[in-house]
Amino acid sequence: MITDWLHPGLLYFLGAALIPLLFRTRAEGRIRQLCLLLIPLLAILCVCFMLMNAPSEGSFWHAHFIGLELILGHVDKLSLLFALVFTVMSLIGMIYALHLKANGEHVATYLYIGSALGVVFAGDYFTLFVFWEIMAFASAYLVFAQATKAAREAGFRYLLVHISGGLCLLAGIVILYTETGPALFGPINTTGPAFWLILVGFILNAAVPPLNAWLTDAYPEATITGAVFMSAFTTKTAIYVLLRAYPGTEVLVWLGAVMAVYGVVYATMENDCRRLLAYHIVSQVGFMVAGVGLGSAMSLNGAGALALTNIIYKGLLFMAAGAVIYMTGCRKLTEMGGLYRCMPLTMTLYMIGAVSISAFPLFSGFVSKPMILAAAQHDHQAIVFLVLTLASCGTFLSVGLKLPYYMFFGKPGDSTSNKHNADNSLEPPLNMLIAMSFAALLCIIIGVFPNLLYAILPYPVDFEPYTASHITGSLNLLMFTALGFFLLLKYIVPKNTISLDSDWFYRRGARLFSWFAHHPVARYEAMVSEFANTVLLRALYACAALGLWIDTHVIDGAVNGIAKTIIRSAEKIRHLETGVLSHYALGMCLGIVLSVAVYFGLGDIGFNLMTGKD
Amino acid sequence: MMSKTGPNKRKQKLTEFIDSPDYSRRRWQWFIAVLMTMVAFDLLVEFLVDKEHAVFAWEQLPGWTALFGFLFCLLIIFVVRFLGYFCGLKQGEDYYDDE
Repeated sequence: MITDWLHPGLLYFLGAALIPLLFRTRAEGRIRQLCLLLIPLLAILCVCFMLMNAPSEGSFWHAHFIGLELILGHVDKLSLLFALVFTVMSLIGMIYALHLKANGEHVATYLYIGSALGVVFAGDYFTLFVFWEIMAFASAYLVFAQATKAAREAGFRYLLVHISGGLCLLAGIVILYTETGPALFGPINTTGPAFWLILVGFILNAAVPPLNAWLTDAYPEATITGAVFMSAFTTKTAIYVLLRAYPGTEVLVWLGAVMAVYGVVYATMENDCRRLLAYHIVSQVGFMVAGVGLGSAMSLNGAGALALTNIIYKGLLFMAAGAVIYMTGCRKLTEMGGLYRCMPLTMTLYMIGAVSISAFPLFSGFVSKPMILAAAQHDHQAIVFLVLTLASCGTFLSVGLKLPYYMFFGKPGDSTSNKHNADNSLEPPLNMLIAMSFAALLCIIIGVFPNLLYAILPYPVDFEPYTASHITGSLNLLMFTALGFFLLLKYIVPKNTISLDSDWFYRRGARLFSWFAHHPVARYEAMVSEFANTVLLRALYACAALGLWIDTHVIDGAVNGIAKTIIRSAEKIRHLETGVLSHYALGMCLGIVLSVAVYFGLGDIGFNLMTGKD
Repeated sequence: MMSKTGPNKRKQKLTEFIDSPDYSRRRWQWFIAVLMTMVAFDLLVEFLVDKEHAVFAWEQLPGWTALFGFLFCLLIIFVVRFLGYFCGLKQGEDYYDDE
């Protein structure tokens, strides 16, 4: 074999380069669709091959660039876990997006997935940074592709935040490299500014509050298919890098706990269905961040397992919500309702995702999320355990009860009653249904056969999800949450509102800044120019006038006077030229006598002076 | 014809059961019955399984998950309303429009 393995990310980069060359934008046909699916399929095969051959672990594909050694392929169980779920999700997402005729989105998606895989296999910090930035720009395209004013603005804010985060990361990496020399991607040994700068760069991508607003601002504005990919990759690569570089960092436990509750509170407040799901990503990533912070083998396993299962069920939820938006054109819960009659399949698939994320037995969340709770219990972290349990209730409340209740049940809203007959079928296109079914199937398979998941986790697993008390305990927790929901239904009826989040500071705060620029600063500027116009400028005018007077009278007078004097003296000298030969001879004689006198008289004195004699 | 009316009628009955306010009482009865069954199972399990693995004090409380589920749900709804209405986090949709 030429190389031990093929970088799966390379397949996506190749695909991104080839799609626009091979297919015209509007080209129809099965061949194009087959090619779109072929690349994820090959990538899955590639990762599976690496999983089967344990000796393929290690570091591969070294390159040299500006005196740094770049490692493009650092392979171990952790990177393979993320690579596997990324490639599988890319296949599911690609099936979901198969009806799209625009090449641009497919190219951006491939670049996005390819660079996410690049991050997962990066062996040093510089390689990581390069792929990190490609990921930010490729994903921003998925927001811009929606081509509405709101999407453009959200896209620019998304880029603004990610570029700031990227710079933070770069600064951290530069400091790290100057302190310790080029570093392999792994736990950071220093505790100086490099540690914190890189951490901030990472947790910005993990959407830790208050750095979370880029996510909940941009994802609901992205295209229907784009949001499915975005929900899977950016935050989960952040979890991957945190797992590598910051396992057992205590501050992450508390950040994660806060995040988990923050996400569900905002999700329960939201009206826009995809923004509700986006807030819920924040909550789920909070569980993972807490898992990374706890740092035991069980919690790190839990963070990895939750990332894997979360990518699939969160993708499923985004796909189902996207399908509803695609078919009804409505995105707010206040506009929906009663859709279960015309979209029973979509509703069923959504509910599979919702019960998976809420950790019902036999679904994938049940075998992954409790690992983190059990790790908190094991460490006797009572507050963390309670906060995460609270977030679990909030998960079911927002994603499993509120959203489906107002979307699929409840009073039929504008979307159904006006535009469509409530009993007509509104099911999305076949490719969307296939993609959702695939994801739902995976949720159930992982839930029923958890050992399939546990076999690929980075550390040996010592956790049994299906114990009697765990099953009944979880069911009770969730069903009594439902009781609370139905009793207090009228207090959380969605209204036509938006919720203020930390993006306020750069949306309204920017306005404050521009007010400051317009009013105090502009007024100061006006005052300065007024002063300049009245006082300074007049003084300058006076100076200039004085200068002109001096110029015309003094300087010009002097010049003219000198010229006149020269003319007059020339007139006088002219009278010396008499034309009489004897006058000239007398003049020559006088000259010779003077010369001799000077030579002998003054010459001696000069010689003595020069030689220093008396 | 008969084969078509059968499923349709069943579907109509089902949608009525889900939607109609007439069945509200019946729906609650079913829901409460499910809850009672689950609490019964939980208590049974807690009675049968010894609590050696219990770490926190509240795990000794019979049926603590049901209690916590209910209380946490109320807590979240309270916090959401408090933040949304009293702290002004909920704003009209045109809040950012005049940018």
